[in-house]
Amino acid sequence: MRITQGCFSFLPDLTDDQITAQVEYMLSRDWAVGIEFTDDPHPRNTYWEMFGHPMFDLKDAKGVMMELEECRKAHGESYIRLVGFDATRGFETVMMSFIVNRPPEEPRLHMQRTDVAGRSQTYAWDAR
Amino acid sequence: MDGGESADLAASTAEHVDLAAEYESSGVAEVLRELDEELIGLAPVKQRIRETAALLLVDRARRSLGLTQDTPTLHMSFTGNPGTGKTTVALKMAGLLHRLGYVRKGHLVSVTRDDLVGQYIGHTAPKTKEVLKKAMGGVLFIDEAYYLYKPDNERDYGQEAIEILLQVMENNRDDLVVIMAGYADRMDKFFTANPGFRSRIAHHIDFPDYSDAELEWIAGSMLAERNYVLDKGASAALADYISLRRNQPHFANARSIRNALDRARLRQANRLFEAGGGPLDATALSTITEADIRPSRVFSGGLVIDRPAAEGT
Repeated sequence: MRITQGCFSFLPDLTDDQITAQVEYMLSRDWAVGIEFTDDPHPRNTYWEMFGHPMFDLKDAKGVMMELEECRKAHGESYIRLVGFDATRGFETVMMSFIVNRPPEEPRLHMQRTDVAGRSQTYAWDAR
Repeated sequence: MDGGESADLAASTAEHVDLAAEYESSGVAEVLRELDEELIGLAPVKQRIRETAALLLVDRARRSLGLTQDTPTLHMSFTGNPGTGKTTVALKMAGLLHRLGYVRKGHLVSVTRDDLVGQYIGHTAPKTKEVLKKAMGGVLFIDEAYYLYKPDNERDYGQEAIEILLQVMENNRDDLVVIMAGYADRMDKFFTANPGFRSRIAHHIDFPDYSDAELEWIAGSMLAERNYVLDKGASAALADYISLRRNQPHFANARSIRNALDRARLRQANRLFEAGGGPLDATALSTITEADIRPSRVFSGGLVIDRPAAEGT
């Protein structure tokens, strides 16, 4: 099942040129770019693992693309996303994030319905 | 060459490239003019840069006509004594390469050994890569590059940084230009020990020492920038200072002059203050006299710590 989260996830996968253009945009806004990966794409799994350090003070997208290449080599079977972090006071948050790598076989998000006290039911999602 | 290609060639050669117009419109002319105006002396350096610019301009024109495809090797080495303007020229070079479209962003990242080499195993590679990532799209200026290689210590991590650098210099020629700088003799030794660098560096530019007259000229322009003037006695004292300073240890060309002038300004301020601080006009506030330069230790044989060494104890 195709996981959709972050920017552009309803579009076809971005090519490296398109990713470069997006990174150029992030750098033009003075955002720090980070690379994160995970094997658990559950929507509640907010904190993915960071690959290397977040990249401050970069001038050109090539630096990020080199790092992404490394990450793909190491975690090609995982989800990888790029995040743009705005350190400006008042924001201090992720301004944009998008998936740049997916595993060849994506897990399914499965909904589990459970009967609890009385006739009420609870619902939970898990990736399997 | 098959028929299709030669037809292409014929079609493309029919187009024209106006080098003179290109020279002005690309902004190269402006950078070279700035170089001429702002940097005193350094005639051989300027000549080499002009030649390099011409080569790149022609190369770009050839490329626009489809005569060539591959990026020329642009890595350089600047050799010369301290204070001869290597960093300043590197900055201009970054501007020049940017105008010509050989680097995308045209910024200069200036580093030394400390920024590239780590302190323990596994520290060097991430550190070097961090710097390289920052330099992408611009120019990486490695000052005192020969420090990277320490032959007397085989456990030195410099070698690791060198290997990463070499790899990036080869694979990312489109993305960054590396300029290595240092003293001529030590750089020679460095290149002999690391033949990989010699073959990957296309342009070796040698920075000569400044002559006494050029240093006086430089002093004049440094002072003019800050609205100071030398009176007659001070000019003579400065000329004496320069010829004496040259023969003392740690002489760093223009940088020594800048430091000397900073100290002269200090003495001038002190002199004005101690003279009673009565009403002073702009001339008094901006004139440096002989009395501000003569007290320098250079006239009494240099720094005390250097003197016994000079006598050969």
